[in-house]
Parts: sequence; C-alpha cells; structure tokens
Amino acid sequence: MNRRSAAVSRLIASPYIVWAALFIIAPLFFVVYYSFTNSAGGFTLLNIQTLPKYLPTFLRSIWFGIVATLICLVIAFPLAYYISQKSDKAQRTFVLLIMLPMWMSFLIRTYSWMALLQDTGIINTFLGKLGIDPIHMINTGGAVILGMVYNFLPYMILPIYSVMAKLDYSMVEACQDLGGNGFNVLRRCIIPMSIPGVVSGITMVFVPSVSTFYISQKLGGGSFDLIGDVIERQFQQSYNYNLGAALSLVLMVLIVISMAIMNHFSEGEGEMII
Amino acid sequence: MKKISAVLLALVFALLPLNCALAAGDADIEALRGTKLYVYNWGEYISDGEDDALDVNAEFEKRYGIKVIYDTYDNNEVMYSKLKSGGVSYDVVIPSDYMIERMIAEDMLEKIDYKNIPNFKYIPEKYRHLSFDPANEYSVPYTVSYVGLIYNTKMVKEAPVSWKALWDTDYENQILMFNNPRDAFAIAQSILGMDYNMESDVAWRAAAALLKEQKIVNPVYVNDEVFLKMESGEAALAPYYAGDYFLMKENNEDLAFVYPKEGVNYFVDAACILKGSKNKRAAELYINFLNEPDIALANAEYICYGSPNEAVYTNPDYELYQNEVLYPEEGAFKTQLFRNLSPESLALMSTLWDDVKNYIPAGNSYAALFFGGEDNIPGADAEKMTAETVKYAIYIGIFLLLVIAFLVFRFLRKRYRERV
Amino acid sequence: MKIFNRVYAFLVFLFLYAPILVLLLFSFNSTTSTSVFAGFSMKWYNLILHDATAITALRNTVLLAVCSAFLATVIGTAASVGIEKFRKGAFRTAVMSTTNIPMTNPEIVTGVSMMLLFVFIGKSILHTDSVLGFGTMLIAHVTFNLPYVILTVLPKLRQTDKNLAEAAQDLGCRPVSAFFKVVLPAIMPGVLTGLIMSFTLSLDDFIISYFTSGPGFQTLPIVIFSMTKKRVKPDMYALSAIIFVSILVLLIIYNIVQQKSEEKTNKKM
Repeated sequence: MNRRSAAVSRLIASPYIVWAALFIIAPLFFVVYYSFTNSAGGFTLLNIQTLPKYLPTFLRSIWFGIVATLICLVIAFPLAYYISQKSDKAQRTFVLLIMLPMWMSFLIRTYSWMALLQDTGIINTFLGKLGIDPIHMINTGGAVILGMVYNFLPYMILPIYSVMAKLDYSMVEACQDLGGNGFNVLRRCIIPMSIPGVVSGITMVFVPSVSTFYISQKLGGGSFDLIGDVIERQFQQSYNYNLGAALSLVLMVLIVISMAIMNHFSEGEGEMII
Repeated sequence: MKKISAVLLALVFALLPLNCALAAGDADIEALRGTKLYVYNWGEYISDGEDDALDVNAEFEKRYGIKVIYDTYDNNEVMYSKLKSGGVSYDVVIPSDYMIERMIAEDMLEKIDYKNIPNFKYIPEKYRHLSFDPANEYSVPYTVSYVGLIYNTKMVKEAPVSWKALWDTDYENQILMFNNPRDAFAIAQSILGMDYNMESDVAWRAAAALLKEQKIVNPVYVNDEVFLKMESGEAALAPYYAGDYFLMKENNEDLAFVYPKEGVNYFVDAACILKGSKNKRAAELYINFLNEPDIALANAEYICYGSPNEAVYTNPDYELYQNEVLYPEEGAFKTQLFRNLSPESLALMSTLWDDVKNYIPAGNSYAALFFGGEDNIPGADAEKMTAETVKYAIYIGIFLLLVIAFLVFRFLRKRYRERV
Repeated sequence: MKIFNRVYAFLVFLFLYAPILVLLLFSFNSTTSTSVFAGFSMKWYNLILHDATAITALRNTVLLAVCSAFLATVIGTAASVGIEKFRKGAFRTAVMSTTNIPMTNPEIVTGVSMMLLFVFIGKSILHTDSVLGFGTMLIAHVTFNLPYVILTVLPKLRQTDKNLAEAAQDLGCRPVSAFFKVVLPAIMPGVLTGLIMSFTLSLDDFIISYFTSGPGFQTLPIVIFSMTKKRVKPDMYALSAIIFVSILVLLIIYNIVQQKSEEKTNKKM
C-alpha cells in the first residue's frame, strides 16, 4: 500500500517535476554557460574579470534593497496585524484592496509617481498652497526607494497577514492572562509566531528590489544605476549577453546566499507563505 | 478640413481598389489576399486613427486584404537584440541609419525590388544613396529629423546657442540628458568638434570625460520623461528630437527650440525588409503604401518628424509645411549622420557609458576639464568612485553587524537561560 | 488607540492608491500631458476604445493571464498533492528548493535565461527562427506562477485531515473521486488564492514577458514600454482606469456572491 501510494504521488507530481526540470533548472545552465563564454562561444573568464567594475552598483542595489525591505516591514507589520483583527468579511475586503493596485501595469503606476513627486508636481503644489517650501524629491535615492516600497509593499503585507490570520488567539490570550502587558504580548507571542510570514515577506520584497530596473530609471533620474539597469542594458542595448549573464549569475548567487541565511531564521523546510 | 479630405481620398481609394494604383501586377497582388505581413516599428510611429486621422494599417488591410501584424519597440538596440536573438522574425522593420548599416553588414536585410515600389519616385535625390546604404538597395526613408536643444524661455536667462548650455551650473538640477549612449556621446562629440563615428579610443574617452564633467550640474537622464518634465516646467533645458518639440509645445507655450552651433545629429529612419521574409512582395507593397502621398502625409502629421517624401513636404496643406524647425535651410548648421561603429568601439562606448552613469563629480574641476579631453582627472575619478563604494559598503557592513550582534545576543541569552 | 489604528491604515492605503488617483485624474485630461492638468475631457476614453493596438494588447494580456493562471493552478495543485505525500528526504528537499527558484531568482534573470533556452530549443530542435510567441510566453508565465500556487496549496493540504480521504476510500470511493469529493473542497481556498495570485502576477508582469515575447503577441506592458521614445499619453491612463474600475466592480460582485454562499452554508450547518 505504502509503496503504491509513493508511486502514485510521484505520478501526480510528475508533470510538475518535468516542467521544473525543463523550465526552471535548464535555463540556469544557459546563464552559467554564457557567463563563461565570449560572443564567439569560446571559454573565457573575461566577463567575470570585468565584474569588480560594477561593485559600486552592486553595493548600491543591495543597500537600497535592504532599506526598502526594512521600510516595507515596518509599514506592513502593524497593518497586517490591524487587518487580522477585523471580521472575516472585512479581512477579505482589505486583502483585495491590497492586491487591486497590482492589477494595473506597474509601468503606469511608476509613471504616476513622477507626476506626484516632481518639484512642480502634485505634492509640492499642495505643499505650496499650505505655504510650505517645495521639497526636492524626484531624482533622489529616496525616490527610488519609495518606488520600491510602493511596488513591493503588498508582497510584505500579504504573507505576514496570512500568518497572523491563522494565529491561535488562545495563545495570545494565555499570554495576556499570564500578566503580559501589550508590549510583552507583542514581543513574546505575536512576533515569534509571525516569523514565517515575515521571512517570506522579506524574501519577496528584497529579491525584486535588488533586481528592479524600471523604477530607478524613472524616479532616480538615471543617476542611481541599479544592477538590474546594468543587466538590462547588457541584454537590450549593448547586445552583450555574456557580460549580462555574468552579472546575472553573481546577482543570483548573492540572493541565494542571503536567502539561505534568511531561511535559517524560519524553521520548516524553507518554504514560503503567501 | 484637410484631414477630412484625406479621409475622403482614402475612402475613394478603398472603394475602387481595382481601378487605382494596381494597374500593373494585379494578379500577384490579388494572390496576396489573406496572407500575413509582420511589421516591427517604433512605438507611436504610425498614424493610428487618433483624432480622425487615417489608420494606416487598417487602411492597408482594407485595400489589399493582407493582415498586418504590427509590433512596436522603443529603440534600435532593442529591436536588433530581439531580431538577433533568433527567436522572432518579421517582414518589415524601420531602423535608423546606423542600425541599417549594421544590419546590412551582418546580412540581416533583404534587397528591395524597387520596381515594386513606384512611390520611391517621391523620395528626392538628397534622401537617396545616404552613407548607410550607398547603393540604395535596402532602404526607403520613412522619417528624417535632427536632434536639437529644447529650452524653457521662462527658465533660462538667455536663449542658448550652444550645447554647452547643458553644462551650465546656473541650471543645476534643471538639465535633462539623453538616457542612451549614442545620442549622449554625440552631444559631447559635437562640443569637442569630433566626428560622431570616429574609431579612436582616445576620442571616445575624451567625450566620456566631458559627459562625466556634466555630472556637476546633476543632469537627469531621460527617455520619454522629457515630455513630462519639459511640459510641467520641471526642467529648463533638454536635448531631444526636433519633431517632439511640437508635441511638447502643445502643452507648454514657453518652450523654444534651437539648433546648437556646434552641429547636430541628423537621423533617417527607413523601411527595410528583413532577410528571410516570408512575404516579400507584401512587404514591398507595404513600403510602397507608406509612401503614397496621403498615407505619408497622415504619418508625417502624426509623428511630427520631417518627411523625406516630396509629395508631403511640398504640399501647402501639410500642417508643418515649410516649418523651419523640421525643414531648416540646408547648410544652416553642421549635421552628421551616425554610422555603424566597429564592435570594439561599440563595446568601448557601452563600458564608458556605464562609467559615466556611475560617476560622481569630484568638485569644481569643471573649467579645467572642459576642453582637456583626458579621461583621468588625476585621481579624483577613482577616488570618488571609491568613496561611493565605501559609503555603501559601510552601510551594508553596519547592517550586517547589527544582524550578527542580534543573533549573538539571542544565542547568549538562550545559553544563559538554559544554565539558569 | 483605535483612531490611531484607523488613521494608520488609512495612510497606508492612501500611499497605495495615490498614484491611482493621479492616473484617474489625468485620464480625464484634455491635453496630451500627464503632468499638467488642462481641463476635463472624455476624449482619451473615446480614443482608447477605438485604438486597435491597445485593445489587442489588452486582449493578449488577459488571455495570457487567464491561460497561465489556469494551467499553473492545475499543474501546481497536482504537484502539491504529490509532494505532500513524498517522504522527507533528499528528493523532497530538492523539489521544494527548485520550487523556490523562480521566486528567489530576480525576474530579469528568469526572463533572460528562459529566452536563451527557448531560442536554443527553437534553433536546434524545432529548426525555426521565430520560436518566441504566445507559446513561449505562456510557458514562462506558468513557470513563475507555479511556486505561488504550490506554496498556497501545500499548507492547506497539510491542514486537511489525512484520514478524511482514507475514510472516503474505505467507504468505497475510488481514489480519484475521493480526491475530488473530499480533498479538493477542503483545499479550495488555497487553490483559489493561488489562482488569483497567478492571475495578478501574470497581468502585471513586464520583464519576463519582455524577453519571451514574439511577433503578433505583445502584451500591454510591452506596448507601454515601447512608447518610451515618444511618450505615454493619457490614453494609456484611460485604459488603466477602465481596467481598474471593471476589476473593482468584479471584486465587489464576487464579494457579495461569496458572502451569500457563506450565509447559505451557515444556514445548512
């Protein structure tokens, strides 16, 4: 019986396993292959050797990614908690409200941010009416981070919320009964229990933030080159697949390492929650 | 009014498809009915029926019964990468001059049979046999225009006459710059009095140094955001394509345009047929169609770039008839066409561009470097780059330290508790 | 405290919706500008409804999103059922790590690597020079949707009582019908979340589509991006506004329907 059920389970999962092997694993080999070849197809280490030149870009991307992720976390955690306290119906509405903006092209939404953040834009016009001097926001690193936070915030809220919604509130009550004040309940009960959601939120915000390319061009005024921009330029503008692949490879390795560290925090088999 | 007449004219054509224009080769054109034609063009680069203008593709489909599959791209390099990747194939494509030369060199284009393009007669001699296609075997010009300097008259002290205005510290934070290497380098090369197509490392590095120098005014690198930023008065100066100036002026009366004295880039986008086209005859039909006077007129008025079609620019009803920005007097200023560069120069340009984008100005070495034409401001370049790197490295380091400290703290606390 | 909470939630949602308000505003602009509001006009709505390119692109986008979400949900749910039964071990760990790859891989890397694969397959196996198109985009979208489906369905499977399916089988149900009658209803919320998530991601995806798209099948984001030499006009804003409003209406209807059905089941209980 047991052996048969194992065979059946493999059979059911087999389309996926074939799919994953073909379209998840195989493409990665191409990245590796292109990283170590030149345009004629011969083996070379030149691509890897040019990489140090892009160190500032890498560091800037990572730093922006870290900041955007932290801001998302700070914004999302209380909101997720707030939503999880609502009635089932309200919770559903909130979740849909969070997902709704994602149904419009992020290109267009980023474009709208330009109109908002400009020196002569909507926010500054509004501030001007209140008698406040305009604040220079667009074309700064802050604007790029804002764009990242804006675009990826839902990916932080949703996993944290879905963990919190399933929290066993008898535990929280027990905590309170044991004399925990608000802060202690939060620290000893809610935060530890929502760690899996936080971990997967961090992954889902950090990864796209580090590798994004459109946001920095539009909101950063082209002066805050991120690694995604450089990779995109290699593939689209310079037709240098090899350097582009090498950069991608490093980015990938970097993210795998940070994710491995992250997963260390969450018990379980390193699977994520949405 | 003339738009209506154009529509009427088109209707007449549409109603009498067999009587007009199809005298010769009727049979083989008829045979094309029901086939498909794959066209790859710039975005927003064809009259699409907006504001009662002619919908060119729909018109073509109606007249010849050939289905047009129409896709768009945002720049030459993207188009080239896409085609070169080997994953897509099209029939008609409309690249710019230097890209046509490159595609000819790499055997990506098919020779056009000009017998099938009778409307080529509207293209005057000055737009034929251009440097990118000297024998004129591969291309039929679609638009011609120049790069110029757009400025906001309310924001500049005096009307600029030189590209150097883009380096003027008075307009710090208000200067826009091309976000693509070729156009950006061309401006620097104009100032330095260089040929845009020079195959010399030293020359490219000199231009790159000048572009780095521009960082002192904190230019904003833009593509289409130029519209938004010039229209709202966010920026004072921007280099862009002449025709687009009209589109901006519609939304901001204060804008003005000038061709800087150092000379400008002159560009020609031309229709070509790709090698391996499965519907070459239809492709020629399409290119011919684009050059029919009323179709070309509709396109010229939609795109607002100059038209190489005599029937358009000599037509007094043309909205931009004899417009001095689009059709300046010949020889009024120096113009240069882009040529295809060697792979080495292209690679160099692309690396130098990455450098420019990541460069942080070192201070006021502005005047000294302006005409210096040397890559390395002694030490400063490297120094500043390092400073930037170090800054982020320190930030990330502190962050990692905090994380590690937290982990160690937790670990120690756990140990302590276990002991207690 | 309560007021503070509400204000906080309001501010976050204001942040999320600010650009959408801007987008709605400028979709009514009477000029071509997306930064200077000149006057109210409906002309962009009128234009966009007659713009064949935009409508085709929208149709493509929705078609792709529906197909890929559906395919990913079917394959992903089956995979989850299988994986759940795997014994812990190297194979299971390998499968789970592979599942995480598309999520932890930067989109740009996924897009590029898939394009390289497709072109390679097209050239060496299918001997075609136009392999990219709807098929490749569908594969790419299903691939990045799959992890989301699996990761929403697996936890639900784990929560369901394993004895339930066995009990059904003991009572004479065939394994297949036991699955459809007992297990599937229990994991339905997870499956639905996965489906909606996939649809959303597919709709919004630009980077991966950009690299894997081919002739005759450009999605809306690609068309918008190709306007970056000329410009994005308010007609795209109008189109987005139409999408936004129609989805809003759909969601409201869905919410009402779901509530009604819940009331019904509650009554039955």
